Amino acid sequence: MSAPGVEIDRVSFGYGSTKILDDVSLRVEKGEFFAFLGPSGSGKTTLLRLVAGFGVPNAGAVRVNGRDVTDVPPWKRNVGMVFQSYALWPHMTVAKNVAFGLERRDVPKAEIGKRVAAALDLVGLGAYGERRPAQLSGGQQQRVAVARTLVIEPDVLLLDEPLSNLDAKLRVEMRQEIRELQRKLGLTTIYVTHDQEEANAIADRIAVLDGGRIQQLGAPMDLYDRPANRFVAAFLGTANLIEGDLAADGNFRADRFALSGLTVPKPGKACVSFRPHDVTLSAEGRNLAGTIQHREFLGGNIRYVVTVGPHRVTVDTVHRRDSQVYDVGASVGLSIDASQASVLY
Amino acid sequence: MTLPAPRRVGLLARWETTPFHLICAGTVAAFLVAFLIVPVATVVFVAFWDGQSLTLVHFADFFRTSLMIEATWNSIYVALMAVIVATIIAVPLAYFTVRFRFKGAALIQTLGVIPLVMPPFVGAVAMQLVYGRNGSVNLLLMDWFGFRLPFMEGLNGVIFVQGLHYFPFILLNLSASLANIDSAMEESAQNLGASGWTLFSKIVFPLAMPGYIAGAALVFAKVFDDLATPLLLNVNNMLAPQAYLRITSVGLADPMGYVISTILVVLSVVAVWLSLLSLKNRDFATTQRGGGGLSKRELRTWEKFGAYAFIAVALILALSPHFGILMLSLATVWSFSVIPDAFTFAHYITVFRDAGGMMANTVLYCGVAALIDVVLGTMIAYLVLRTKLPFRQLIDQIAMAAVAVPGLVLGIGILRVYFDVKLPFSGESLATFWVMLAIAYAVRRLPYALRSCTAALQQLHRSLEEAAECLGGDKSVVMRKIVVPLMAGGILAGFVTSFATAAVELASTLLLVTRDASAPLSYGIYVYMQSAAGRGPGAALGVIAVVVVAIATWAAYRVAENDRARRAREGVAA
Repeated sequence: MSAPGVEIDRVSFGYGSTKILDDVSLRVEKGEFFAFLGPSGSGKTTLLRLVAGFGVPNAGAVRVNGRDVTDVPPWKRNVGMVFQSYALWPHMTVAKNVAFGLERRDVPKAEIGKRVAAALDLVGLGAYGERRPAQLSGGQQQRVAVARTLVIEPDVLLLDEPLSNLDAKLRVEMRQEIRELQRKLGLTTIYVTHDQEEANAIADRIAVLDGGRIQQLGAPMDLYDRPANRFVAAFLGTANLIEGDLAADGNFRADRFALSGLTVPKPGKACVSFRPHDVTLSAEGRNLAGTIQHREFLGGNIRYVVTVGPHRVTVDTVHRRDSQVYDVGASVGLSIDASQASVLY
Repeated sequence: MTLPAPRRVGLLARWETTPFHLICAGTVAAFLVAFLIVPVATVVFVAFWDGQSLTLVHFADFFRTSLMIEATWNSIYVALMAVIVATIIAVPLAYFTVRFRFKGAALIQTLGVIPLVMPPFVGAVAMQLVYGRNGSVNLLLMDWFGFRLPFMEGLNGVIFVQGLHYFPFILLNLSASLANIDSAMEESAQNLGASGWTLFSKIVFPLAMPGYIAGAALVFAKVFDDLATPLLLNVNNMLAPQAYLRITSVGLADPMGYVISTILVVLSVVAVWLSLLSLKNRDFATTQRGGGGLSKRELRTWEKFGAYAFIAVALILALSPHFGILMLSLATVWSFSVIPDAFTFAHYITVFRDAGGMMANTVLYCGVAALIDVVLGTMIAYLVLRTKLPFRQLIDQIAMAAVAVPGLVLGIGILRVYFDVKLPFSGESLATFWVMLAIAYAVRRLPYALRSCTAALQQLHRSLEEAAECLGGDKSVVMRKIVVPLMAGGILAGFVTSFATAAVELASTLLLVTRDASAPLSYGIYVYMQSAAGRGPGAALGVIAVVVVAIATWAAYRVAENDRARRAREGVAA
């Protein structure tokens, strides 16, 4: 079996007593598109920067294609990084920006010209070599940053929130382009984002980080369907989390809340998690009665917040013309699809 | 589960430092120790040293000598009065610019720059011809009204010349403070029922005070330390001239010069510290800024008349040294008359014939000094902002502390430390070797260049360097190809500022220059001005120096502005 593209082996990092990363391990396979997903302060960017060589872990090792690079400075790693701010050098032309890495590698001049042109063609900016970065739009600058990184044929491509400075429409276009480019070149890629939709859309696998630890690691759909803990359940999409007691027969009880038919990993204190669209509302209260607290019309959906005893349950109902709409203050019955719910501890 | 054993992280990695950075840090530290810390510490040490042990006997002598007591009081009196003169000119001007909407504001801004391009000693002699006992103004007063005003008599002369020169320090700081007062603060006070005097005393005055204190403390320190102006006006019973005369006539071993120098340094440090402290508070005010400045209103006609009259008087006063020196440089004979008898270019021809060497020396010394400043300034800025090297803040603070060291004291310190060090081959003293003068200039200007470089580097996003590192550039490549080119504007502005201010520094020049052949322009102005016959050529040299400084100041300003405009453009695009 060949060595993984990137291996992070029990890495810890921090300054003094503040821990930013705490015993993190993961493997990114060759050619895989991997995402670090987490809120700000989760340590995801720090972890990416350790792969690039900006900072040395306090413990653990970083390996690229099997080579231990923990103590190797960034300029000897051959790891390409695209920065959130693009970091194009304003005093150089686009072509000069792209040529920089090749010049450092003592590539002959004639070949530099060819490879720079090829890299710019690859991102669709073949005609822009003589421009200055300031003369380009945000999306074009982004492409130059990608070309500048790809031209050195890096062992790993690192992308640090590369789309966060673009408007929503361009963001979707660019992420598709990046993904196609990565597939074409077969590059091992790590992508950092705080946007769960972006991570879900683009990555083969995701590591969800919070508080300097990996909370869960897996394919996007698995993380959504089977969150390992409360954090992952709430961070990927919207989740209703209710604390209570789970009996061995699959009956879950909380203060004025009950749900039966759950699979039971372990009876006792537990937290049940279910998605807003796994709840259906009816005018008649059956097993669960609640009151509409709040209503938002979102177009395709109507989002209700329903109070059930002390709990607030978020419910999404598909909206169709003339379908039933509940007013704020109305009493409703809730039924929850237990087969879609997760039990967390 | 146990955690893996911690890795041994090397010191360099922990400090985010490479050997290249260590070389930079070593160079900077060696320079500061050799040419700032050791000379100044030596001066202070000698003041407390009787040859065998530490002693206060020199200070006791100082306070027993009536001339020294008189000199101390004179220096304090002159510095305080100069602050008052500067305040009287600056406060109304600052208030006009922020409070009223009228065209005079542009004039006031010009007023704030005019004095700065000409060091006070250059204009001092000319001021005597304009405002002195038998100068133009008093001759006219005598003719028309039958009395004279003692503008330039003794200490008055120093006060008058310095106050006119340094009022911009108060004007600029106070205007900045006033401009930072949000109109919302004023409006909310009015909304709560405050107006008129209450509004001014409770809101405007306290918020503007830090700026005023910052400016006034600097003026006090500058005047207190200044050697050149009293010397040129022949006022010797002040502290700085006494120190200079002691060292140059009694000799390097005379302890009194060191006692005075110690007093000058301590006072200067306190004043600069006070000034920085007040500015810190002002920064606090800017963080909650929203509206930008007090609400402005139109002036009523009679107010407009009053304001313009005040500006006119201030403008005439501020321009009189410039006007005087120009007249003097073009005059055949100017004595006991309102204007010179006749005009000539002879003095310019004389100085171009005789003083070409001095001009070349100035360009050489100040060029070297400015080069040292920007190289060290870039290194220090980089170490402080881009590494975690221990003591990096200390290096920055020591370099900045040079701003509080009077040229006189640095000159005495360098003489004392390096006088007995002989150069190989020529046998010349290291202290009087021209490179040492350039170094003394560099030390005193380093704070300005350093701030300029730090500002430039602060604007540089760190990822620009990291991107280059990722692509294979090591620290020195990144420095050469990315950091320095992108800092070029700030570095150039720092270079020009250092050059221009060094060109007119006199105190350390007087101490470190021994031969006319190695003398720069500032020394030439001083020497020429000593004799009545030399005044014309001295004034011509002064005009040349002022023109050079003015052009350089303007160039530095343009460079900085262009840089800011370029950044703004790129900021918009990105």
